[in-house]
Amino acid sequence: MRRMYFHDQPILQANRRDFLKLMTGVGAGLTLGFSTRMALAGETAAATNSAGDFAPNAFVSIDKDSQVTVLMKHLEMGQGAYTGLATLVAEELDADWAQIHAAPAPADAKRYNNLLWGEFQGTGGSSAIANAYMQMRTAGATAKAMLVQAAANSWQVPVSEIRVSNGIVSHAGSGKQAQFGELVDAAAKLPVPDAESVVLKEPSQFKLIGKRVTRKDVGKTDGTAIFTQDIQIEGMLTAVVAHPPRFGATVKSFDASKALAAEGVKSVVQIPEGVAVVASDYWRGKKARELLQIEWDESAAMTQGSDEIIAEYKALALKSGLVARSEGDVAATLAAAPRTIEATYAFPYLAHAAMEPLNCVALVTDQGCEIWNGEQLHTGDQMAIAGLLNIKPEQVKMNMLFAGGSFGRRANPKSDYLIEAVNIAKTQPGTPVKLVWSREDDMLAGYYRPIYVHRLQAGLDEAGKIVAWQQHIVGQSVVAGSAFEGFLIKDGIDGTSVEGAANLPYAIPNLQVELTTTQKQVPVQWWRSVGSTHTAFAAETFMDELASQLGQDPVELRMQLLEKHPRWQGVLKLAAEKANWGAPLPEGWGRGVAVHESFHSYVAQVAEVSVQPNGQYKVERVVCAVDCGVAVNPDVIKAQMEGCIGFGLGPVINSEITLTAGKVDQTNYHNYQVARINNMLRVEVFIVPSAEPPTGVGEPGVPPLAPAVANALAAATGKRFYQLPIKPDAVKA
Amino acid sequence: MPVTLNINGVDQTVDVTPDTPLLWIIRDSLQMTGTKFGCGMAMCGACTVHLDGQPVRSCSTPAQFAEGKKITTIEGLASPVAKAVQQAWNEHQVPQCGYCQSGQIMSAIALLEKTPQPDDAAIDAAMSGNICRCNTYVRIRSAIKHAAELIS
Ligand code: FES
Ligand code: FES
Repeated sequence: MRRMYFHDQPILQANRRDFLKLMTGVGAGLTLGFSTRMALAGETAAATNSAGDFAPNAFVSIDKDSQVTVLMKHLEMGQGAYTGLATLVAEELDADWAQIHAAPAPADAKRYNNLLWGEFQGTGGSSAIANAYMQMRTAGATAKAMLVQAAANSWQVPVSEIRVSNGIVSHAGSGKQAQFGELVDAAAKLPVPDAESVVLKEPSQFKLIGKRVTRKDVGKTDGTAIFTQDIQIEGMLTAVVAHPPRFGATVKSFDASKALAAEGVKSVVQIPEGVAVVASDYWRGKKARELLQIEWDESAAMTQGSDEIIAEYKALALKSGLVARSEGDVAATLAAAPRTIEATYAFPYLAHAAMEPLNCVALVTDQGCEIWNGEQLHTGDQMAIAGLLNIKPEQVKMNMLFAGGSFGRRANPKSDYLIEAVNIAKTQPGTPVKLVWSREDDMLAGYYRPIYVHRLQAGLDEAGKIVAWQQHIVGQSVVAGSAFEGFLIKDGIDGTSVEGAANLPYAIPNLQVELTTTQKQVPVQWWRSVGSTHTAFAAETFMDELASQLGQDPVELRMQLLEKHPRWQGVLKLAAEKANWGAPLPEGWGRGVAVHESFHSYVAQVAEVSVQPNGQYKVERVVCAVDCGVAVNPDVIKAQMEGCIGFGLGPVINSEITLTAGKVDQTNYHNYQVARINNMLRVEVFIVPSAEPPTGVGEPGVPPLAPAVANALAAATGKRFYQLPIKPDAVKA
Repeated sequence: MPVTLNINGVDQTVDVTPDTPLLWIIRDSLQMTGTKFGCGMAMCGACTVHLDGQPVRSCSTPAQFAEGKKITTIEGLASPVAKAVQQAWNEHQVPQCGYCQSGQIMSAIALLEKTPQPDDAAIDAAMSGNICRCNTYVRIRSAIKHAAELIS
């Protein structure tokens, strides 16, 4: 049986012993640090190399046993960031993969920022590998250069004659060789070379990049990996919270006497988010919560239902919105076009519903605050907590744990569940408090992918060309009212609402995309692939409908309209080829295609579906082609595409959050259904070889799936589908 | 109320309220955290353990029901089938976030103990109670088939 007590020690994951050394400064070792800008832009090194000293700006450390620890600035939530970042270091270090260990870095916006986000640490937007590709390689190459220099000095041979391979430093002429650990003391005394002078490998020299390696987020097949839910700290209490029954409701009054009398209950406190029961453990806390008598003030609460919201949005879609993109003259072209086609799409709210319900451990003392969390937005969360407690952000210590999924949810722009945890913890100073949400709490808390309505119109000329494309998107902004508003909303247009539409690549001379941003009390948030969750569906099913109106093959039409976009064409062509596009299918089957770019990665998918007369259908096969630049970890890329496909399948077949009179109807996985193993058969993934800089794969596999399936269903049934999910009733003849 | 449970071959006595589900005894009282909480209503399988070799959802199994039975959690895996499943899981690099995987592995072991050579339909039937929000289903399927080869 395992008991873990954490005081001020960060959580130890893969490599306990080495990490302990790092944290406590015990034992000699080589520690390298980089100013992140330096690593990219060649500014002067702000590095430390004092033996054994843990430096918070370190990425790489090597101990005397030759164990290499790579500190992770990004959250591992399943997407494979730990493996990818470790691969980049190991490649340039010429380490043996077995000697590489991944460990979470502390929060530090200066050292561990996301290079695509400025001075801000966080994980999202499929950016881990994209932002850290050169940085982590430079980190590994610098370590290698210093080990080589140390060996050259000790062996009295020229640096140029020394080779490093699989963790062995050797000199052929003298026959000398050494493991990294034998060199760290000497290497630690050397000056750190500046990043500009460090030579990185040519792609032809890669040994690990582009090859299959085993993952470095270990402990996931024997129950030893530690998630926030698993944190045990001596004296820790568990909190459960009674939240308002509707968005916008508040506590009017409550009677906690019964709950307080229950076994194991330490206290009941009112917090801005509701009423919290603080208890010895989860079950006692949850039982006591049922004993609370709360009167809610619902006078200002949400009253609309989903149907009313969608009706309202459909009416708004008929009016004009803010122009996000405009080319040519859409209005005149549509008015003059001999044929026009119009469609209106509706998308429901969606919950992230990651497997690990949201949770957070918080400890508030007079020194500051310590957090244990599947931490995705370090800097934002630090600032929000610091603001709440009126302390400095650096007084908020973050221990980053594995996250049991997130899909965006743990990167909450308002730090919602962390703030809730701290609001409770500050009533219990000196005592760590674990906030645990039940599945129901998690599902009812909002921060959904918003409801969106799209109205599309296209004009076709006599020659059968698409001459006009008009798209109006209506829905809530996921960043309005948050700290991200200033970055992501320009001239009233939230870029995340129109991404995937405003950058439609198809060669259509008159094209306009409009946005109407609405306001609702339902909290909303980015959801794996963000705007592309809806824009790809609207664009790619509408394009398919146009192809069939024009009597053109859907792949050929797209290829023609993508002539200026070779990477789009590349994935489309590869997916179509591998799927045997055009080959006959069994009776009742259909095949559909979709292609989309998100986060600078390109993905095409071909889906095959079988449909029964009662409308029940099954996705039999999905062929996926992805171009994400240099494929750092092909097996992780494959895994992400497989995962994205299943994740995208849920909203097609069954996932939706609906509201009735302001109340969320779904509470748990029985009524918020998601894809299960029986929904998912064959998935084949192909990677387009590329020398372009690597881009992300955590999200871009999601957007094409739903339109590819809808187009396959259209091919099988002759029907078109304008809303998700697609229920059998809509499919049956 | 004291309850004595045999977990991974060891008798453990804990003091809990009678309705406490087995999951929370394992996780909170005994601090064995390999078994996960996902839904609390037998809908996701994250909390799957074996009771006398049968897969059960520990979140919905009252402690009393487990008394006198042999409880096996992910921490107590030792059988050849269990080892084969874990090996296949590693070789196929199944886990992503990993949160569901203890439950997946417990369900897969129970399946293979009963049906050493499961076809797709048998895999669907045995595994569809286990949600994986990372959607590692393709690899779970291939790892189960690989484990079946390893034990045959
Ligand atoms: S937690 Fe028990 S089945 Fe979900
Ligand atoms: S691996 Fe993440 S839920 Fe299954």
